[in-house]
Amino acid sequence: MTIINPVERHLFFEGILMKYGYDFRQYAEASLDRRLVNLMIKYRTQTLLDVLKLIMDDPEQFRAVLGLLTINTTEFFRDPSFFRTLRESVLPLLQTYPKINIWSAGCSTGEEVVSLAILLKEEGLDKRATIYATDVSPQALKTAKEGIYENSCIAHFNRNYALAGGTRSPSEYYSAEYGLVRFSPSLFSNVVFSEHNLVTDSVFIEAHLILCRNVLIYFTRELQDRVFTLFSRSLVHKGVLGIGSKESIRFSRAAPFFSTLHHEDRFYQFNARAEIGPGSFLGAVQ
Amino acid sequence: MIGTSAGGVTTVQALLRELHGKLSLPLLIVQHLPADARVNPALIFGSFTHATVLEAYDKVAVELNHVYFAPPSYHLLIERDFTLSLTQDEPVHFSRPSIDVLFESAARAYGSELCGVLLTGANQDGAAGLKAISDLGGYTMVQDPRDAEVGTMPQAALSLFTPNFTGTVKELSRQLLNVANGGAV
Repeated sequence: MTIINPVERHLFFEGILMKYGYDFRQYAEASLDRRLVNLMIKYRTQTLLDVLKLIMDDPEQFRAVLGLLTINTTEFFRDPSFFRTLRESVLPLLQTYPKINIWSAGCSTGEEVVSLAILLKEEGLDKRATIYATDVSPQALKTAKEGIYENSCIAHFNRNYALAGGTRSPSEYYSAEYGLVRFSPSLFSNVVFSEHNLVTDSVFIEAHLILCRNVLIYFTRELQDRVFTLFSRSLVHKGVLGIGSKESIRFSRAAPFFSTLHHEDRFYQFNARAEIGPGSFLGAVQ
Repeated sequence: MIGTSAGGVTTVQALLRELHGKLSLPLLIVQHLPADARVNPALIFGSFTHATVLEAYDKVAVELNHVYFAPPSYHLLIERDFTLSLTQDEPVHFSRPSIDVLFESAARAYGSELCGVLLTGANQDGAAGLKAISDLGGYTMVQDPRDAEVGTMPQAALSLFTPNFTGTVKELSRQLLNVANGGAV
């Protein structure tokens, strides 16, 4: 088994940060090491520094490496009960706003955006809502923007749509051709896609709902704190945050500012007026 | 660290029963399951052991007298600071959770202070991970393929390298206690 040399890892990530601005220094190490080993196998190099040399003056090659260092696992209506709760318990809370901003943070290849857009349409919120779909990976965003997927995803889409409480014919939302399915462009009319890096970028909208699922598990606790802080500063008072089913806000310094809306499906409501003591984290970052 | 697949539930139950009240070291277990399986390991395994049985969650420190199971559809890894990590990286050997992923990360974190056990199963996952544990000085054990409900997985490990110990579930648990008490784990 290849063991990543810590000095090399350090230099590799410092190099990427200086040259391209992506900061991997606070990613959880065990799985990242596995991906680094896979990189060395793919590029047939003995050391990480050889990979670094390959990408230093080749942005195209760097994008490929970036794709391999980030995780794009996602699916339509992932954890269907999450979307059922979103439909039944969370969207009604947003009904009262004349304009609704939703941030899909770490949207990957767009399956979550499609799922969300369908819910908004069916609940009659699509005219008022804007989805800001962001990801760190330009490659993933490109797929998300196109809204075209392999035919093989459809059985899964149909099944999860129904499990998430969908009652229409799922084929209303897509057309199939040449082994591919294209989701209706009308679903994307109120979606803004944009590159955004949760590690280094800052607040860019005032959000009523943030979905960030299975992104935080790749980060160390320190970095998770930064992201929760970022979300706190982005959310309106009483705004809602939904995270992955194995993630928790419990250990975060932001925890006192969130009350649990739904534990099982990980929905939390932000309370900007929570008791703020001296040295509180919100005070510290503002 | 324990890895298992087909036939694993009853085998792990039997192993835990043998270790009941005798082993305080933390156990991490990957049992292959369908991605949408809704399982509560505490219900399935809790009555077989004195230890606290739970589904592993992200970023918690590993504790004595705890048995952690990887949740369906997540890889379970252990960090160098002995906290757990969950990820949804690509499946390995068509498996997520993958035994190789847990074993390799544990080998890095614990080195020689680790014992890896590979039980019954119907694919190749776990063999390379167990060898990684061995390469980094850990103690490795494989269920005798003739004792296993499905022998493919232990056989894959035996074909790859020679583990420290091979035996039935009863023999494995006895040896595990020997090694643990001898301070080799």
